[in-house]
Order: sequence, then structure tokens, then C-alpha cells
Amino acid sequence: MKKELIRLVDCSMAFDGEIVLNAINLTIHDKEFLTLLGPSGCGKTTTLRIIGGFETPTAGDVFFDGERINHVPPHRRRVNTVFQKYALFPHFNVFENVAFGLRIAKTAEPELEERVHGALDLVGLKGYHRRRVHQLSGGQQQRVAIARAIVNRPQVLLLDEPLGALDLKLRKEMQHELKDIQQQVGITFVYVTHDQEEALTMSDAVVVMNHGNIQQIGTPVDIYNEPINAFVADFIGESNLIKGVMHRDYLVSFAGRRFECVDTGFDPDQPVDVVVRPEDVKMSAPQDGQLRGTVNSVTFKGVFYEIYVDSPGFEWMIHSTTAPKAGDEVGLNLNPEDIHVMDRPDLFPEGAEAMTMEELDPEPKFEDGENGDQT
Amino acid sequence: MKRRGGWLAGPYVVWMVLFTVIPMMLVVYFAFTGEDGRLTAGNFARLLDYGAVFGRSLGLAAISTAVCLLIGYPLAYVLSRESEAVRKSAMLLIMLPMWVNMLLRTYAWMSILENTGLLNQLLSAVGLPTLRIINTSAAVAIGMVYNYLPFMILPVLTVMLKIDKPVIEAAQDLGGNQATVFKRVIFPLSLPGVLSGITMVFVPSVSTFIISRLLGGGKTLLLGDLIEMQFLGNTYNPHLGSSISLVMMIIVLISMALMNRFGEGEEEVVVL
Repeated sequence: MKKELIRLVDCSMAFDGEIVLNAINLTIHDKEFLTLLGPSGCGKTTTLRIIGGFETPTAGDVFFDGERINHVPPHRRRVNTVFQKYALFPHFNVFENVAFGLRIAKTAEPELEERVHGALDLVGLKGYHRRRVHQLSGGQQQRVAIARAIVNRPQVLLLDEPLGALDLKLRKEMQHELKDIQQQVGITFVYVTHDQEEALTMSDAVVVMNHGNIQQIGTPVDIYNEPINAFVADFIGESNLIKGVMHRDYLVSFAGRRFECVDTGFDPDQPVDVVVRPEDVKMSAPQDGQLRGTVNSVTFKGVFYEIYVDSPGFEWMIHSTTAPKAGDEVGLNLNPEDIHVMDRPDLFPEGAEAMTMEELDPEPKFEDGENGDQT
Repeated sequence: MKRRGGWLAGPYVVWMVLFTVIPMMLVVYFAFTGEDGRLTAGNFARLLDYGAVFGRSLGLAAISTAVCLLIGYPLAYVLSRESEAVRKSAMLLIMLPMWVNMLLRTYAWMSILENTGLLNQLLSAVGLPTLRIINTSAAVAIGMVYNYLPFMILPVLTVMLKIDKPVIEAAQDLGGNQATVFKRVIFPLSLPGVLSGITMVFVPSVSTFIISRLLGGGKTLLLGDLIEMQFLGNTYNPHLGSSISLVMMIIVLISMALMNRFGEGEEEVVVL
């Protein structure tokens, strides 16, 4: 494992008595691309601002390279930030924006020029150094913001939803560029987003957060394939979430039927959440299915069709490249390895039976362009 | 392309013609005619006799503008960093005197600055020599600063509050301590507010007459007093009064134009 660089120990944050961050523990390693992912208000931006020095945790400690930095102000930390809405200096041109940190560090002129041009080169803005900031497009401004941060050669780059204000196509391009830049400069990136696709595409490690708590930390593959609870499963990609009972190892019942599965280690007859990804529900002729249902709606989504099938007690979401017609009878089949059984989180102990997905995740789904997370 | 709804501007056009354009033309007409009604530039020639008054007016206005800036700018900076509650109550305190009649405020300053006034009583009470302030230029400048200070604070504060907080955080993030952030980001971005503050203090300071009358005791004649004398005093001469007004207006316009040019230059700071 790589060297440990940043460590948050029992970090809590409260604004006006409202808890935004609830005693989180997080370790960030050197040269890692780590993403803090969650809905708005989950505490991800607050975590980033604690690392950047813009907030001091109300409880707990922050360590950088083994040194406690709770009260070190931003200008004395070896991290730089790319802000959500770029926050470029409107009274400087591109060159002076990028040179800002180097001038403060009193870098000698020849080196300063070389590094500024190098950074602009890296973000694909060669020849733009004389432009005024307001003459640039959103994507170009974002590149300037990235160049302005990395030109100082920080050990860690913090990025607060940097692509939030860009259109979808540009965002996808920038995702790959950011990953390239990270590998070229070889430093740690801590990236905040509410976009699960962005998180899965770029990260070495993803930290899923909700209501000020860390839900799960893992590689993108782990998080997607082995979500630890219903919240993570639902937030990372689409999913069918069903309540079930785990009778014993390898046997779970839900949707009115018993299924073979691959999970072990639960109490006998323990109530559980069962998650099945929409692409893992296979359709067949009605008589061949483990479950039966009626097609409710079919929506063309480009690469696949999104199909809703009503079966007794549950409406299944299915992603498939072939489409039945609405009203068709179909059979549904699940492979044991596609059935993910997870503990029901004890978030609402008194009303756990009545807990629904809506209660777990009161935020609406995040559409492209949403970037309102200020906490 | 003809814009729809243009007629809505009609009443305002009539208003401006009646109350701005026509009066201005009257001022120009009076300025260029003699008492016999004939066209002449003689009024302007007579202005040379009043060079000292012009100099004193512009000088005092410049001094009080500078003092307002010196007091108002740091105050605006401090207030911009305070919580909204503190800022609002401070603003209320700053605005409150403006709701008191200006004569009353200036009379109050008279009783403070008088030879046997509050200030001197205080000074002698602690054993310091008394000061002669009333009926000097200093008293007039104090009156101007007191009356026009809010006009400096408000525009500067407004502009400072408009500076994006992330822009300031970005400057800190890039290694700027408080002094550097101020010097390289907050100050340059606040200049438009400084410029309008200077305009809003300088223009009324140049033309005031009540402050100089009450606190200057008629010894520090300013342009405003001179103009007033031509219209209401026993030296009744609206032709001379109009020419003084016209020249004063032109001087103010030129200074504002210079300021704005300077301001634009500042906004376009390019160190390269």
C-alpha cells in the first residue's frame, strides 16, 4: 500500500448546532485519486474544506504527513483547491491568474514564466496566456483554475465539483483529461462530486457519504458490485431494492419466492435488503421465469431499453438491449451471483420495518448540471 | 428596429426637458450675457478675481474627500468581513445622522468646535491648551467629512460585498496571507466602489455653502457661498453666478472624466 498522506480522525463539524459531519475517519494515500461521493448536504464539500483549511472541525483531528494541522491556515498548507465555480481573479489575465501563487512564493521570473506556460500547456491552453478571464468559455475557465492550482506543485489537489457547471460532453472529456493530468503530475487528487459516473470513471478509491457519515470506502468496482447497504446500492447506479429475509447461508427469500444466493454470515431468518442491478434481471418466456410479470412501460435510453415490469408485490426495473411490448407477459430470472444481500442499516431503529427507499434517500436524483452543494 | 413601449419614456423625457435641459440652457444663457442683456464673455473674465475661492473650494473638497476615504475605506473593509447582523446595525448607525436635518447636524458641530465649545471644555478639563477651530478651513473640512462620510462608506462596502467569497478563498489557498489577499485581490476589486465614493463626496463638497457659512464663519468663502451671494446676496448678479456655476460644473465633469479613465485603467490591471 502507498504511503499515507492525510488522515481525518473522528472529524465532526456542526454549523449552528446542525451536525454536518459525524465523526468521520478517513485515510488518503499518496498519489491516490480519491473521490468523495454523495448527495448534496452529505458533508463531502465540508470534508474537502477541512482538508483545505477553510473550516476547522468542531471535534476530531486532521493530520497531514503525520503532523496535526487543525489550525494551520489555508495559505500555509501544501494543498491547492480547484473551486466549484472556478473563482478566477477577474482583474487578472490568464497568465497572472496562473502566476498568482508563484508570485506570492517569490519565484524568479524565468522559472515563473516557464512553469506558468508549462501548466497552461498541460491543461491544453497553450497560447491563451494573454486572454482576459471573462473572454473564456466555462470549460476554458475551469482549465485555468486547474492550471492555477497545479502550477504550485501541491502535494494534494482538492477539486470541488469542478465539472459541475460544464455540459455533458465537455464533462466527459474533462474527466479523462483530469485523470491524465493526475497521472502526469503524480500527486494526490481529492475530488468531490455527486455524480456517481464521474466517481466510478476517475477514482482509485471512492468514499460514499450520506448525512455526514461515511457509508462505504472502496474501489469503484467494489462499490458498484458489493455495495454495503441499500443507500450505496441505490446511489451508485440504478437498482432494484427489495426487502427480504435471509433464512440461512445461500438462501434468501424476497418477492414471494426463495432464491439461491452467494451470501453468507447472516443470522438465521434475519431481515435484509436485497439489491439487484437492472441489467442483471433477465427476461424469458413467462413459463421459463422464476418470477412472472407484466410489462408496464418501455423507454428507449440509447444503448438499452429501460423496462418496468409489474410482478406481484414489486415493480422491477430492467435494462435490456431487446424490448418487449407494454402489456406483454414475461418471465424474470436472477442468477445467484447477481443477488446482493445486505444488512438493513439501523438508521431509523424505531421504525426500521417501515423504512422505504424514500426515507433513506430524501434527496431527488441528481440531474446533469445540478451543482448546489454548498455544505 | 423600433422598440415597443418606447412611449413609456415620454413622461420622463418631458420631465428632463423641463427640469434639466431648459434650466441648463438658462444657466448657459445667463453666463454668456451681461446685465444689459448683450452677449459677452465678460463674466468669465471677472472669474479671474475669484481664483482664490476656486482654489480653496477644490482644495477643501479634495482634502475632505481624502479624509473620507481614509476613514471610510478601512471601515467598509472591516464591515464587509463582519457577520450580517453586525454589519446591518453598523450601517444603521452610519445612516442615522443622515436622517437628521443637515442644518441641525452642522449647528451641533458649531457648539462642539466653538472657542468655548464642548471640545475645548474637554481639552481644558484635562489640562491641554484649547484649539481655535471654529471659523477656520479645518472646521469646514470637519463638517464636510461628517456630512459626506456615509457617501464614501456605502459604495465601497457594496462593491466589497460583491466580491465572490471563493475568489478570496482562492487567493488564500494559493498562499496569500491576509495582507497579500487584500493587496492583490480585495483592493483592486474594490476600486470601482472607491471611484464612485470619491465622486459622491467630492461633488457636494465642492458646491456646499451651508457648511462653510456656519462653520467657516464667512471667512472661508467657497464657490457655493459665492454663487449664493450672486443670487440672494446684496451683490445680486445672476450673470456672474451662472458663469461661476458653469465653470464649476465643467471642472467637476473634467475631474470625474479623469477619475473614470484612471478607474478603467485600474480594472484592466495586466502585470505582463
